[in-house]
Parts: sequence; C-alpha cells; structure tokens
Amino acid sequence: MSTENQMKDQHINESILSDEIKEHQKKNRIDHMTYLPDMEVLDSDVMDRVIAAMNEYDYETYTEADVRRALAHDSRTPEDFKALLSPAALPLLEEMAQCAQAETRKHFGNSIYMFTPLYIANYCENYCIYCGFNCHNKINRAKLNPEEIKKEMAAISATGLQEILILTGESRKKSDVKYIGEACKIARKYFKVIGLEVYPMNSDEYAYLHECGADYVTVFQETYNSDKYEALHLAGHKRIFPYRLNAQERALKGGMRGVGFAALLGLDDFRKDAFATGMHAYLLQRKYPHAEIAFSCPRLRPIINNDKINPMDVHEAQLLQVVTAYRLFMPFASITISTRECARVRDNIVNIAATKISAGVSTGIGSHVEEVEEKGDEQFEISDNRSVDDVYNDLLKLDLQPVMSDYIYV
Amino acid sequence: MSTNNDKLVLGGHEFDSRFILGSGKYSLELIQAAVEHAGAEIITLALRRANEGGMANILDYIPEGVTLLPNTSGARNADEAVRIARLSREVCGSNFVKIEVIHDSKYLLPDNYETARATEILAKEGFIVMPYMYPDLNAARDMANAGAACIMPLGSPIGSNKGICTREFIQILIDEIDLPVIVDAGIGRPSQACEAMEMGAAAVMANTAIATAGDIPAMAGAFKKAIEAGRTAYLSGMGRVMEKGASASSPLTGFLQE
Repeated sequence: MSTENQMKDQHINESILSDEIKEHQKKNRIDHMTYLPDMEVLDSDVMDRVIAAMNEYDYETYTEADVRRALAHDSRTPEDFKALLSPAALPLLEEMAQCAQAETRKHFGNSIYMFTPLYIANYCENYCIYCGFNCHNKINRAKLNPEEIKKEMAAISATGLQEILILTGESRKKSDVKYIGEACKIARKYFKVIGLEVYPMNSDEYAYLHECGADYVTVFQETYNSDKYEALHLAGHKRIFPYRLNAQERALKGGMRGVGFAALLGLDDFRKDAFATGMHAYLLQRKYPHAEIAFSCPRLRPIINNDKINPMDVHEAQLLQVVTAYRLFMPFASITISTRECARVRDNIVNIAATKISAGVSTGIGSHVEEVEEKGDEQFEISDNRSVDDVYNDLLKLDLQPVMSDYIYV
Repeated sequence: MSTNNDKLVLGGHEFDSRFILGSGKYSLELIQAAVEHAGAEIITLALRRANEGGMANILDYIPEGVTLLPNTSGARNADEAVRIARLSREVCGSNFVKIEVIHDSKYLLPDNYETARATEILAKEGFIVMPYMYPDLNAARDMANAGAACIMPLGSPIGSNKGICTREFIQILIDEIDLPVIVDAGIGRPSQACEAMEMGAAAVMANTAIATAGDIPAMAGAFKKAIEAGRTAYLSGMGRVMEKGASASSPLTGFLQE
C-alpha cells in the first residue's frame, strides 16, 4: 500500500500490528494480484464486478428512508443491501432484527444446524499478521495422522453431531490434497455432512475432495480491499488475492454443493467488506443457481503472542447489523455464528438470523481425545466453550430445534 | 356429487383426510399434536432429515398409523431424485415418494423436465410417485403419462405464504388432468387452503404456514376445517358469481319470444 493510501486509510487496526510486523511490511514482496504457476485461472468476471460494486458503495449517502424502504421490500436488491449496511440503519437495528427473524422463520422455521470444526493440522506457509497459525508465530505445530483423525472423529461423533468441518492451516506441503481427501474418507464413516475450510485449490482438486465425501467449501476472503489485503498477507500462497477470491467458483465447478463466504470483520472498513461478501455470494448464486450459499461473520480475536487483537469498530451492534443485513438480502442463505462470540451473543443471534452453530469447539490440534499425543496450539481464542449437550439444551430453551443433519450425499 | 364416501385415492390407497401435513421447520415434539389436530393421514418428511439411531431423528416422532410421504429434497436432477427415492424406500419402508428436484437455491422452484424424468423411472419401479411441479399443463401431462399418482403444482414459492399466485394455471390442471391435483407450497393461511379446495383441488399440502404459527397444533386444526369446508363447497356445487351485477335487464335472447 502506498504511503498516500495509508494516510487516507481510516481503518487501520493497530491491535494487529507490532514493530516486527511493521518491519516485515517494509520489505519487498511478490505481486499479490499475479497468479503463481499451477494456480488455475478462471474466465470469470465475478471478482471485477464485486470489486467495482464495492468501490462504488458510499454508505454515508443512505438515509433512514432508504433503510425503511429496504425493510418494506418483499425481496431485496443490492441497493437495499447497501442501505441495510449503512450507518443510517444502525438506529433501526430492532426493526432489522424483527424483520430478519421473520425471514429466518419463513425459510428455516426454528431449525438450527449444529456442527463442530476439527482442526487436523496447523502448519501454515502464509504470513497473515492477525492469525495465530501464521508461519512466523512461534506456536506448537502438529498434524494428525489418519489413526488420530479417526480417534478424534469417533469422539466427536459420540457427542451426537452429524456434521463436521475439517480445517487445516494453509500448507500444501504439510497438508496436501491427498491428506485432506483421506480425512474426508474417514469422516464419511462417522458423519453425514462434511465441510472443508482449507487452503484454496484448483477445481480438479475440489472435484477430488468432493469424490472423497466433502460437499461444502468455505473460504474466508478476510478483506475485499486488495490494497489492505496485500498489507496483511505478507507471504505465502494466500497472498494471491484473485486466486483466493475465485475459490468458491472453482469449488462449484468442482461439483461442491455449497460454498461459504466471509470477511474477517475488523481488518478493514467492515461495511464495505460485508457488502462485498454479500455481492460475491449474490453474483455466484446468479451464475450457479443451484449453489447453496453460506455466510460466516467472524470478528477478529486475540491469538497466542498477541492478546490485544480486537475487532476495532465492529462492536456487537455492528456485528448484528451485518448478520441481519445478510439475512435480509439473502433470506435462504445459511449463516454460521462463530465461537469467536460468547454464548450470550451467539444464542441471541441464532434466535434472530443465524441458522448454524458450532459446539464442543477447540481450534487446537488433537484436543478431542486424550490419547492423541501430539498437540498443536489453537488458531484463535474462543469465547464459547459449551459442549454439544450444553448448546443442544440451550437451543431447546430458546424454543429452537437443534438439527444434526439435513443433507444427503448423492 | 355426493359428499358421502368421498375418498382421496393415491396409488390405490384411500384416504379420508385431504390435508397433507409437512414435518419441517418446527419442533419434532409438536409433530404428533399437529398431526392429531390436522386429522392428517399423510405426513411428508425430508429423507435427508432422517438421522437413524442418532439424536433428533425425525422418524422417531412420526405417530403410528400415519402414511409417510418421503420427499427427495436435496436432489438437483432426476438421477439424484431416483437415488434418494430408492434410499427412502429402504429407510421409511414406504412406496410413496414426493419428487422434488430443485437446482435453484433462492426460490426453490422445481425443475419440471427433470421431475418428469424421475417420475418415469420411479413409477416403473413401483413407487407411488407424487411429483412437485410448476403448474404447466404440458409438463403435468408428461408426468401423468409417465405414471404419476397425482400432480402437485405449487401455489407460490415454498415458504412464501403468498397463497395461490398460480391460480389460473392450477385451475387448468384441475380441469384437464385426470389425476388428483394437490396444491403444494405457498399456501399461507386456511382461507387459501379453502380456496384451493373450492377450485377442485383433491388435497392441500402445507408446512410453513403451520410451522410459523404461534400455536402450531391450533393452526393445523384451522387448516383442517378450512380444507373440509372447501371440499364440501366444491362437492355441493358452488353458487354462481354475478360478474356484471344482476341478471341482464334486456335479454339478448328476448327475440325468440317475439
């Protein structure tokens, strides 16, 4: 990012910066907009359209009347979505929440889907300055072998869950596609629904993992501001902005049923990032009408060796605004509420707009059973330690219906 | 037409109730009460919700004696629908299947072409095939010729509670197709269910309208009454509607008396 741009940038999150990182930021780095060899290039205009729409979005121009008009609409346009994400909507958050709850009920009734993430490796080749797994962060690294994966999955399955999200750090070397595929095959024996949150790959690799049993792929874009992205992702494959942004489209081409989207709120201007996230999903769903769309709404959290990281100006009210805006814009989309949030916030948000909640979560490696010897440190601190039973029962108390699986692999 | 011995016949099976109840979007514990208040004899079930031997398995909550109508939701084409239907026969032990083929995640509109294809394959395999479809006469004829046991046109998009937006086209199906026409999807209130029955629909299927009610069993009961009222009205012969006020004061056929 040029000095001029930095001066204009009102959204620098000081909590993720250190002197060491600032030094690294001064060094020369590879061009983040140029694909590396072996990276599949799609003939797609989706990225350009998302970025153009985001750049045009001036949220200060929206008024209360625009927000009320958006709320009154039966189905909402990108223009309505812009109004709902604008500062003018914040005083109308109660109306937004009421409206979002009605939409959620209409499409999902009182069903809330439960799942848990399983981190199978935390080796990473990227240098994302806000992430606990980044290759410069001194943490314990580990990778589960197939036997350990099996033990972990058996333990998770015994809690009653039927959906698993398999995660790795982003290291193609340490966690290659075959390794992830083996994990999917093991997961098929224990679970009905398998999702992946791993490094972006080519469509033929997604096709392979689909054959191994996975059907959902989530990739967090973190921020859609490519200049900011460049300054936050200093090294590794992840640095290549367009390759990451087109991951969902490659996953759909590879035959995946659903794709998940997220901006990591607090890295940059959250209104623009949330808008771009929604537009990304919107344009892909128009291009691939069968695609099942999912949103996550992560806010920055403290990591090992930096307990000061915080989501800047994205307070609980702003988070709720983003979640309800997603719901109102795409009423049929799945929305996951992360353990980055505390039980109070999560329970209230599933009662309004989210449809998916994790339980019994650990973001470390090998933490579901005692016998797994090698343990790796966690990606970020979680705020909700509730077990599967606790979350299940708390959902019932809210008159919500915990659903373990609503899916068939075909 | 007599209201006595008025049965809904599907694949040779007779039913007294003309209300097919959905089981999605509301707590499993309420299914039994909803079925009882609805007087429903058929309940639909997404096979993908079945969680055999696990927590929150919907199959554990279906009352005895109710006919299970598994649907193929999750299928994006005919082949997937066929696979899910075969699996449903194993899991639910039912020959009934409601075909849902959807590859549109936004409106969940059914694909008539793929649905007709799946109907043909499954009817040959002995299934009692109930295809969920967009009310198009040609597609309905294809499904009828392919061996469907009924036709299930949508009133409006699933979950929309907007009522019978496709009224004219559903009426054409009722008039032209020699199979029970069951209005499915979009029925948002009892009066709309009644309207479908007055039109001559053989039955109504509803889910979201009941699932999102404040008192689910009570709303199921309200639908039951509305469906019965609409059926009785249809069988009784609906009174005429005066479209241009009273009878014409200067009859066009008056010259015949001259």
